[in-house]
Amino acid sequence: MDILFLLVPLSVLLALAVMALLAWSVWSGQFEDVEKEGQRILLDEEPQNSASPQNITKV
Amino acid sequence: MSAVLQHPVIRTSQKGWAASQATVYNDKIVRQFSVMAVVWGVVSMLVGVFIAAQMAWPQLNFGISWLSFGRLRPLHTNAAIFAFGGCALFATSYYVVQRTCQVRIISDKLAAFHFWGWQAVIVAAAISLPMGFTRGKEYAELEWPIAILIALTWVAYAVVFFGTIGLRKVRHIYVANWFYGAFIIAVALLHIVNAAVVPAGWMKSYSVYAGVQDAMVQWWYGHNAVGFFLTAGFLGIVYYFIPKQAERPVYSYRLSIVHFWALIFTYMWAGPHHLHYTALPDWTQSLGMVFSLILLAPSWGGMINGVMTLSGAWHKLREDPILRFMIVALSFYGIATFEGPMMSIKTVNALSHYTDWNVAHVHGGTLGWVGFISMGALYFLIPRLFGLSKMHSIKAIEVHFWIATIGIVFYIAAMWIAGVMQGLMWRSINADGSLTYTFVESVKATYPFYIVRFLGGILYLTGMLIMAWNVWMTVWAGKPTEAKIPSNLAHA
Repeated sequence: MDILFLLVPLSVLLALAVMALLAWSVWSGQFEDVEKEGQRILLDEEPQNSASPQNITKV
Repeated sequence: MSAVLQHPVIRTSQKGWAASQATVYNDKIVRQFSVMAVVWGVVSMLVGVFIAAQMAWPQLNFGISWLSFGRLRPLHTNAAIFAFGGCALFATSYYVVQRTCQVRIISDKLAAFHFWGWQAVIVAAAISLPMGFTRGKEYAELEWPIAILIALTWVAYAVVFFGTIGLRKVRHIYVANWFYGAFIIAVALLHIVNAAVVPAGWMKSYSVYAGVQDAMVQWWYGHNAVGFFLTAGFLGIVYYFIPKQAERPVYSYRLSIVHFWALIFTYMWAGPHHLHYTALPDWTQSLGMVFSLILLAPSWGGMINGVMTLSGAWHKLREDPILRFMIVALSFYGIATFEGPMMSIKTVNALSHYTDWNVAHVHGGTLGWVGFISMGALYFLIPRLFGLSKMHSIKAIEVHFWIATIGIVFYIAAMWIAGVMQGLMWRSINADGSLTYTFVESVKATYPFYIVRFLGGILYLTGMLIMAWNVWMTVWAGKPTEAKIPSNLAHA
């Protein structure tokens, strides 16, 4: 099962990369006010109601 | 409210300057992938129904090698996963990344290359697989020249997606983008490792791994393809399109973050459960089983989070068939992610492995989860992409929903029963130690279930055809539109 010498380190490296990414996102303030972020997609998408013509440019 | 709407501009790099100054989103790429998702959906399900009929009536291959089950089956799986599912993921991810980052994609040309390159891959698969060119690895059948094209288009996709995130005008990266991002990175890694081959001619190659090593690489790939292509990517759809369609924020944004990190930490290790009772070392099998069982927690956390988004607005399920597609998709996600860990338990696996139970499990996931969430998202997207507020016929969506749901129930119930029956027949032993049943007796006993499965498939395909008609009528009535990027959100 030599292949495990490739797959296990590869998966460990990936897990470390994921942890580094998690650390970055925590320290850089990605999760500072999370519930607000859930609402943002509903509030700031204006063309959401595509019927309103001023939001749409015909191609 | 204005506090909620602050959008700190973070940066604009030299390279993406043009994209960051654009006033409209690139919805052309979203339109292209959305329409092709519907087209490939019909094709893949048609092939699926045809080979389901072959299981009941084998003479339907008409003695033509191009039409034989062994060659069409990988065509069905590739078309369903990579053509239908892939196009749905690409369409939604391009839509979501632009909306949540409030910026046009970084490069229109690379995105166009991604689209045409991917269509070329699909056509190449549709030709080469019936001709019998295959690497013989499940979900990784395509021969090395096509595999290289896949890698190139994937790199283009990754550059556009992450480049666009780099240009974002909203500091926070919305959770759906994390799921899409994990899907893109993981599939790239899996594809490259599993496609390592030594070419022996233009359409022939040998894996660089041998024997059980090769099997382990294949199922490390195969399981994570399920985990990152068929799960993480579509969870990106869940976290954007369910809140949009329900017009409510996700139940717990906090939980969605936990869901993401827990899922991607755990998934990578579960692959060995595909190789129980093989030459794979025992400890590796047990490790795979344990991680598969752990996966139940993040999966159900995510499912509950998605369903509870409707908390306090359950009446919407009664009124809105699109939302029903999405929520039923999550229910099937819950079923499949409960069933999967159960089947990975070695004693259960001793009964279920190699039987049609696997087929039931896979189709609960694909027809129910992947199919329904894609259809829901496409029903949301297509009218908006063509300047309309809703699909041509809401009634037709309703009909589609019920036909498809009944189809799935027929399909998976038949295969569940057939699978357990096969498992019991194969392990049944007489007092003298001989087998009670020959293999062909179990095939014969499965015959009626194959017919029921075929009928279920017909229903599901019929639903898809109704969708295709509905999409056609909607596109016909609408005009391609480009949505404006909001310029001053703080005052929106």
